[in-house]
Amino acid sequence: MPDATELELTAQELRDRDGESVIETEFHRGRAVLVINPPKIKSVLAHLEGKGYTFLASLHGVDYYPDEPRLGVLYELLDMKRVDRISVKARVPTDAPHIDSVVEQFPGAEFPEREVYDMFGVVFDGHPDMRRILMPEDYEGYPQRRDFPVGGEPVLFTFNEETTYGKNV
Amino acid sequence: MASLTEDYRRREESVTLSSEPAGMGETHELFTLNIGPHHPSTHGVLRLLATLEGEIVRDIKPIIGYVHTGIEKTAEDKSYWKVIPVVERMDYVSYYFNAMAFCGAVETLLGLEVPPRAQYLRVIHLELNRIASHLVWLGTSALDIGAISMFWYAFREREKCLDLFEMSSGQRMHTRYFQVGGVIEDIPRGWVEKVRRFCKEMPGRADQYADMLSKNQIVLERLRQTGIVDEQTLLKLGVTGPLLRATGNPWDLRKAAPYSGYEQFDFKIPVGTVGDNYDRYRVRHAELYESTKIIEQALDGLPEGPFISPDRKVALPPRHELATSMEALIHHFKLVTEGFRVPPGEAYYPIESARGELGCFVRADGSAKPARVHMRDPSFSNLQAFAPMVRDEYIADLIATIAMLDPILGGIDR
Repeated sequence: MPDATELELTAQELRDRDGESVIETEFHRGRAVLVINPPKIKSVLAHLEGKGYTFLASLHGVDYYPDEPRLGVLYELLDMKRVDRISVKARVPTDAPHIDSVVEQFPGAEFPEREVYDMFGVVFDGHPDMRRILMPEDYEGYPQRRDFPVGGEPVLFTFNEETTYGKNV
Repeated sequence: MASLTEDYRRREESVTLSSEPAGMGETHELFTLNIGPHHPSTHGVLRLLATLEGEIVRDIKPIIGYVHTGIEKTAEDKSYWKVIPVVERMDYVSYYFNAMAFCGAVETLLGLEVPPRAQYLRVIHLELNRIASHLVWLGTSALDIGAISMFWYAFREREKCLDLFEMSSGQRMHTRYFQVGGVIEDIPRGWVEKVRRFCKEMPGRADQYADMLSKNQIVLERLRQTGIVDEQTLLKLGVTGPLLRATGNPWDLRKAAPYSGYEQFDFKIPVGTVGDNYDRYRVRHAELYESTKIIEQALDGLPEGPFISPDRKVALPPRHELATSMEALIHHFKLVTEGFRVPPGEAYYPIESARGELGCFVRADGSAKPARVHMRDPSFSNLQAFAPMVRDEYIADLIATIAMLDPILGGIDR
């Protein structure tokens, strides 16, 4: 993990290149997070990749309900040479949940981006195959959002299989 | 019946059955074959759409989600200590790793120190689990390429690992042994001797596996020079673990960023050379010996002391205190009913599981339940490398490749 100073220096480098890229930085329990402006995601990741963070270890979504903008997409980057991790966070609102896909840069982001779309409804523009990955195709709603109830999912039995899952659409 | 089929197709209408590489269909005679989801060689409920030209695989699409059970959602509805048995059921072959990643993330958020004895006990169980997990892989993979007796031998030793788990925790699988702050109880008398006996026996057993497989003509022909993907492609695809090490990249979080006291043990990281299926087999096989070495060192150096953090706000008080101490009773009551609260924050805790980097992301909002739990499961990322591995190879090699990929569908779908 970079220490707090190094995180600020990285943030400053990004701000020097593009004043609107970094919104704020978070440093908590040794974890360094760059909170960035969602439209700048590709250029920020490209800059960090140039700095050595070449491995996208994880990409996942978070719902910050009731805070706005609600949805967060987190990119956990790893520098395998220096054994250093940095996280990039982009927050998007639920009424326009769009962010650029990074599949071109990190082909390994393909499945995780589909998962975030599936669970949170964040649309990754430019993704080659943007559809649900874990839930059924005709599923409605985004189950990992905080306002989606646990147990709201009907269980399929023989008696209700004809009436569930879009049968009455 | 016809309407059922029609309806099924309608629900999956975006799945393109002709996933042919661009323009190829005009010049080649292509054929789409569905494999799975229920197929013994897919190691779970994995569905594959293969585009074939004769016997050659031109493209493949993995379709997943058949065992999605919403574990990450369920975890948000449980207090922290009740999440542990839930996350253990993700990657159901390496349950100790899931528990370790989750406990590690919560301990990071709490800023909690884990006592040395607990760290050592965790390492012993993690490495035993790595051996058990690799044995499941070895047995089933050998079965896939036609060596049925290997399956019985591998499961014989795995059974011994499970017996050890049963002795230390009362459960053979999904043991719930790791707790936030340490482990649930100290190991019983006689356990150390049993583990030592196992460690003494295991290298000889692994030698026997090698005698059966490593120079077997059929195995060599099925595995060598099949499913090759170079290191850079794998890194771009987010692949870690034995698959990456088979290409010669010695990336292992136990060495690179040690956790739970791994820096105190002397072990080697087996690596391959060309990154074919044979290298993947040899890397995992060599890890059986290294894990045994780690367990022996941990047993030799097993420190005395508490097995769980003495912080009563997080860890349950010992049973005997409940009869004498009012304070212990209150702590016990609070922990069992509400659970402990975790200060707001986010943590990502990566560990080296049997399949690669297993990272657990936990977001705490200050309550007694996590606001978000996410597992970066290695099988999920590794599966993306499947298409480059099998493209332009024989369909028979596809079966061998998926065996050597070692995907656990419970971890992929969560």
